[in-house]
This record gives sequence, structure tokens and C-alpha cells, in this order.
Amino acid sequence: MQERHRLGEEEITRELFRPLVTTTPMMWVGFIGLGAVLAIFVFAVSWMFYWGLGVTGLSRPNMWGFMIVNFVFWIGISHAGVMISAILRLTQAEWRRPVTRAAEVMTIFSLMTAMLHPVIHTGRPWRTLYWVFPYDFWRNLWPDVRGPLVWDPSAILTYLTGSTLFLYTTMIPDMALARDRTTGWRRVLYTILALGWRGNERQWKMQTIAGFLLSGLILPVFVSVHSIVSWDFAVSLVPTWHATVFAPYFVIGAIHSGVSAVVTLMALMRWLFRFDHYIRLEHFDAIGRLLIAVGTGWLWFFLLDIFFAIYPQEARELEIMQFRLFQWPFNVLTALIFIFGYFIPVPIWIFQRFRRNVKIMFWTSILVNVGMWAERYWLIKPGLMRKYEFTFDWNWYRPSIVELSIVLGSFALVGFLLLVFSKIFPPISVWEEKEGQHFAQQLQVGKRVVNAIVREF
Amino acid sequence: MAIREVLGLYRDLDSAVAAADALREAGFSRSEFEVLSNAPYPEGTFGEESGIHRLFVFPLIGAACGFAAGLLITGGTQLSFPLLTGGKPLLSIPPMIIIMYEGTMLGALIFTVLGVLFESRLPWIGRALYDPRITAGYIGILVRTAPEREAKAIEALRKANPEDILTENGTVGKQPARS
Repeated sequence: MQERHRLGEEEITRELFRPLVTTTPMMWVGFIGLGAVLAIFVFAVSWMFYWGLGVTGLSRPNMWGFMIVNFVFWIGISHAGVMISAILRLTQAEWRRPVTRAAEVMTIFSLMTAMLHPVIHTGRPWRTLYWVFPYDFWRNLWPDVRGPLVWDPSAILTYLTGSTLFLYTTMIPDMALARDRTTGWRRVLYTILALGWRGNERQWKMQTIAGFLLSGLILPVFVSVHSIVSWDFAVSLVPTWHATVFAPYFVIGAIHSGVSAVVTLMALMRWLFRFDHYIRLEHFDAIGRLLIAVGTGWLWFFLLDIFFAIYPQEARELEIMQFRLFQWPFNVLTALIFIFGYFIPVPIWIFQRFRRNVKIMFWTSILVNVGMWAERYWLIKPGLMRKYEFTFDWNWYRPSIVELSIVLGSFALVGFLLLVFSKIFPPISVWEEKEGQHFAQQLQVGKRVVNAIVREF
Repeated sequence: MAIREVLGLYRDLDSAVAAADALREAGFSRSEFEVLSNAPYPEGTFGEESGIHRLFVFPLIGAACGFAAGLLITGGTQLSFPLLTGGKPLLSIPPMIIIMYEGTMLGALIFTVLGVLFESRLPWIGRALYDPRITAGYIGILVRTAPEREAKAIEALRKANPEDILTENGTVGKQPARS
């Protein structure tokens, strides 16, 4: 990295531990604001449990609505952690250091939020256990593994377990650092989590190998999760869902929205915690370049999905695609997806001066995720809303205020959990920052001194 | 035989490397001392180290266990209550592969983390000399040796300008006490 500041050990520790020991007014605003929205979310969910799913806009044939759209969206966001953490770790990209921890945490909280949606969508979540785990040992009656609703929990729980273990393993050295600097309940907590870490050579070696091994193992899981989520739709016979392109299309969409969410998080961390020395303009520049490639890949699959629906000239597929592209309100949504998801952000990211502008990166990343949420709605709803042959009941889907509150509340939930996490654990990996400083060198090249990085492998 | 511990604390990397060299010159083998730090250094910074480990075996064992569990859940549950639906085969390979794949990966991930903990000797609940200054940036050289060689270890550690030297009986200071 070319803009690295030489920072002392103590300075790095003090700055990265700042959110743990001080709560700035902006953090209080965040806690209170997000807490209030979260309270609305809890009330809306409780209201739905008490009165039943009739308080939502769900009806026949619209049995999947905002909650499932939100589920797919948050699963997509969860792909940020692995994209940033595992791929950049394997390729030894130096700019990963300030963003891996936050991205991994966002993966976990997004996954937890995503999992919440199908559960509450059942209306009677306590019965959901029946579908997730093998049950009723007495009669030997088991869930049918041939159905996609069993594949989903297996993939998501694998991803959640793997991501949590990945995060925890990389956090152990920082827990030891926190253990040595705190008192009271925090010291007890960090002592337990540090597992007696002392930082000898063997432990550091294992930590380094673990980073590579776990990255290599979690990447195939990352690809499988959104593929399996896409098969929830693709193995059905609903027109425009029944597409072979869905798995890679969903995965690239997840990366597009997830990496954009990391940009949002990077900007927020820079503003909230004053991490200017760590989350630098060069990081926004690098991730902006990555997003140009990812966004263009997503556009390609988006167009392929439309093309595959039109090319066979099948009447039912054409009917839904016409509904999507030319009829209100989906025609507006189509334009919004194109404009927000690609045609505003990507041309902006082409210019370096915009990639190095935090405010522009923040707002373009928000635009992408507005577009990506709309894309998930656009993918899921029109196929269900269509009137089929032999359909005895047909209606439009109009989300109720309960569903709107749940969608809004899910954003507050992830934000609130991220804030709570950063009050208890350092949001940037302290030891990885210090490792970066140890491995940094300055080289004299002709008349210029350039920053360089020592690489072991 | 009782083992005594001595911990030398060094403010900078060069002093710590010099201390490791001094220990080797004094006849201490590499297995008798370890380096404690708050961040990793490139391998071999403090001289040759014994790097034998079996971490790569753990994910393989985990993957095998996870695959077996996946096979049991998919095949076993379907066979224990054979229920034909939609004319599909009872043991349908494509959906079984999905669960078996996730099981394999889950097993590999869990066993890898267990392997990391095992090979790192964590959780560590035993007694060992340690100083919180290590996480603040100091480098610690921890010597484990026989009681009769303790004085020799202290002498070697003192050659490299330590900030402090700790023994099981407390600090002995960076310079020998004047008689």
C-alpha cells in the first residue's frame, strides 16, 4: 500500500480500542435511533404472531412476500465477509487488513437476520424446528431431503457456523490484548475468549495457516449458499424462476450487494470511529475497482436471465417477462434496478477521483443496495402474482405496514448488532494491523522512497 | 525433574534476536526457549524453529466425518421411512449430494478450528510466566530449563539489553545486583 502511515504499537492499540472505551455522541445517536426502529420491528413481529399472517399483504397465490425478498437480500449481503476476507487473504492483498473483521462480522449478523425471516414468515416459528432438524425419532419419520427447504438450513447453518468459527479464530490474539488491558467483567470475558493465548511462534504460525485453510474451506461454502438459495426458486415450476442461470446469477448479485455493503460499512467506520489512519482512500480506490468488475459481471447475468426467458419463446415465460419489463409497477422497478444497480454507480467508479471520495463511495454503495433489494423483489414477485390456468384465487401483492416495519427493522437489527459488537470487540483486527506494520518496508528506488510489503509465501 | 522458567522482555526486535543468539551461544537448544510477541514475524526471524505440525490432517478427518454424517442423514432417513413422492427415486442422488456436500464442508471447517486450537495448545490453563507488556509491543523470550541452568539463562538474557527479566520468584532486574 502506498499511503501507509508509520504508527507505533501503542498508537495502533489505543486508536483501534477507542470504540470500546469511549462512546461518541454519534454512537449514542446510532444506538438510540437504531434501537427505536428495532423496537418497531419487535412490535410488528409480535403483532403478526398474535394476529396471524392475515395482518400481512400475503394472499393466494402470493405466499412469499417482503420477508422472503428480505431473506434473499440479507443472504446476499452476508457474502461480503467471505469475498473480502477469504479471497483477499488467499491472494495476500494488503488492503484487506482494515476491512476483514468488519466484513466477517457483517456476514454473521446478516446471516442471522436472513435466517430470522423464513422463521417469522411461518407465523408460528416455534414449529419451524420441525423442518430444520430431524424430528420424531419415535416414528422414524424424517424431513424429505429431496426438497429445497431442507437444503437451505443445511447450507446456511454451515455458512453461519463456518463464518463464526473463522471470525473467532482470527479474534483470539485480540482477545488476549483486551484481556491484558481491561478490568472487571470485560477482563473475565476476554480471559475466557482468549483461551490462554500467549503469542508464541507456534501459535502465530497456526494462526497464519488457519487464515489460509479456513479461507480455502469457506469459499466453496460461500458459493454453495446463494446457489442453494437460488434453487429454492429454480427447482420450482414457476415461470421465470425455473432457470438454470439462477445459481451463478444469485452468487454474483450477492457479491455485488455484499461488497457494496462493505463500502458503506467502511465509510461509516471511518466517520463514526475516526479510523482515518486505517481505512484510507486507497482502500476505497481498490474496492471501487473491484466493484466495477463485480457490477459488470452482475449486469451480464441480469441480461442473461432476461435473454434465457425470452429465447425459448415459451408463452408463460414471455408473459411474465412482459409483465416485468413493461407493466406498472415492474417497468419502473426494472429501470430503477438498471440505473441504481449499474448505470449510476459503475460509470462514477471508473474515475479515480470519485473512487477516492468517501461520500461518493458511500452514496453509490447505498444506491447499489437499493437497486439490489429491488432486483430481488423483481425476481420473486411477478412470477407469483401471475394468474395461472386453474387458479381459483388470484390477487395482487400489496405489502402491509407490518411487512414494511419488518424490512426497515431488519436494517436496524444488523446496524444495532454491529454497533454493539464494536463496543465489545475491536472492529478492526489489531494484530493484523500490527503485522502489516512489521512487514512494511521503505525502499529507495532511484530518487524516490516507496513503501513496500514483505511477503512470506 | 523440575523445570524453571525465565522470561526476558525486550523493547525492540533486534534485542530479542540478540537474546535468542545469546541463549544459543550459552548452549540452550531451540526447544528450550520460545518467543512471545503481539503479532507474527516472518518465519525464522529468531532463528530456526521446530515447525512440525499435523494441522492439515484435521480438515481431512473432519471432511470424512461430515460426509459420513451427510450420507447418514440423506440415505439413512429416507431408507428408515421409505416414502415415495412424485415418482422420484427414494435415494435421489442430486439432492443427497447437496446435504452431503454441506456436511463435508461443515466437518472440515469444525475440525480445522479444533486442529488450530490443538496445535496451538489452546485452551492453555497451565501456569507459565507471562507479562501483559508482551501484548503492548514488548517481545518476550521464555526459557524453560533445569533449575541448575537458571542462572546461566538469566546471564544470557541480560547480554541483549532486556527491559526486564522475570523468574518464578519475581523480577530479577536487567542488571545483576551489586554485592
